[in-house]
Amino acid sequence: MKVVIIDYGAGNIASLTFALERIGVTEIILSNEKETIIGGDKVIFPGVGHASYAMKQLKQYGLELVIPALKQPVLGICLGMQLMCKATDEGDEQGLGIFDANVKKFEPLLKVPHMGWNMVEWNSPAFGAEMPVADWFYFVHGFYAEITSQTIGRTEYINPISAVLKKDNFVGCQFHPEKSGDSGEQFLKKFLRI
Amino acid sequence: MLAKRIIPCLDVKDGRTVKGVNFVNIIDAGNPVELAAQYAGSGADELLFLDITASHEKRSTITALVMKVAKEINIPFTVGGGISSVEDAAALLKAGADKVSLNSAAILRPSLIGEIADRFGSQCVVVAIDARLQDNRWEVFLNGGRIPAGKELFQWAKEAENLGAGEILFTSMNHDGTKSGFANDALKTLSELINIPVIASGGAGDMQHFADAFLLGNADAALAASVFHYGLIAIPDLKSYLKTKNIVVR
Repeated sequence: MKVVIIDYGAGNIASLTFALERIGVTEIILSNEKETIIGGDKVIFPGVGHASYAMKQLKQYGLELVIPALKQPVLGICLGMQLMCKATDEGDEQGLGIFDANVKKFEPLLKVPHMGWNMVEWNSPAFGAEMPVADWFYFVHGFYAEITSQTIGRTEYINPISAVLKKDNFVGCQFHPEKSGDSGEQFLKKFLRI
Repeated sequence: MLAKRIIPCLDVKDGRTVKGVNFVNIIDAGNPVELAAQYAGSGADELLFLDITASHEKRSTITALVMKVAKEINIPFTVGGGISSVEDAAALLKAGADKVSLNSAAILRPSLIGEIADRFGSQCVVVAIDARLQDNRWEVFLNGGRIPAGKELFQWAKEAENLGAGEILFTSMNHDGTKSGFANDALKTLSELINIPVIASGGAGDMQHFADAFLLGNADAALAASVFHYGLIAIPDLKSYLKTKNIVVR
């Protein structure tokens, strides 16, 4: 299985690569080229940092039209998931519009960023069926995707947030599966199986 | 609900773990990678590697070690010790560290905090503060606690937050090594003052001390070294104990 990680200068590629290697993925390709990404069996879209910067990087490689048109399973992680949403409060760039959620800034009623391990509750059989009812995952983020009908995993921090979104072949997770211990590895394995 | 975090701290010198370690199934207690994997497997929420390598020439050993650790373990980890430039931080983060911890270098040149935060995000910048309560003032020290920095704990923590720090690791020098509990009063003040997570450090001796740091000190995470390394407290036992105190842990 060929897993392509979109390498556009705004993601923690090392940790993700190591995590995939740990669960036995042998063919991991880092790329910012359209053809290579389109040719992957699975595509992972990571992201850390500022949304505007990341979106500009995507556009620099002409990927803002490529990603929404992908037909194979695609997993957006953290900022990657947020960029797949409709609109974001962070900066002035629009999202890719794959998910119907808007990305909002946390009201600082608790410490921000939301950093650490939090419980994800699954509410959809589509991807969550084989997952435990609830499990711990590692989060680090200051903006969040609101709950929509595409939310299949939710977490509580300040208010309910989308921990996992799913639409057709697209999945997005707010947490970092590559840093979420055994539950993160289980999640990545399930994604690679769809 | 967000869980309170338990963070073992590993001191590393020339790529090897120092301080005694008392694990049952460990083959090489000086091997940081093996130790890290043990802790990750036993329920540690994060790890901190503190590089105490003295000579500058051997500094590259830590980068190689970070990559080995990142390959092996599946929980977040922070690396501290001797980071004094964006380049130092970049090398460690690129090798797979999730966060870097700044101490003396941030005191001597506070703009370093923002330089790293701007490039890699606040979430990966931990500012470590060693402070001692003397004459009713929490005096900050640098160079491992030898030189007074001329700064006060709460002011410096607030300044660090404003400069872009994502977390504060506060070590009470009065409590460190005493095994008599964390500096809960100062932790509480600190936690109310700043809007970024506070990691309690210095003074862990028994399981109740951890509960106190969370319940009395409002800490978001608690760090310890010897109680874990010498096997005085096993992390699964500590987590079970904290649950009985209604503290949310993983």
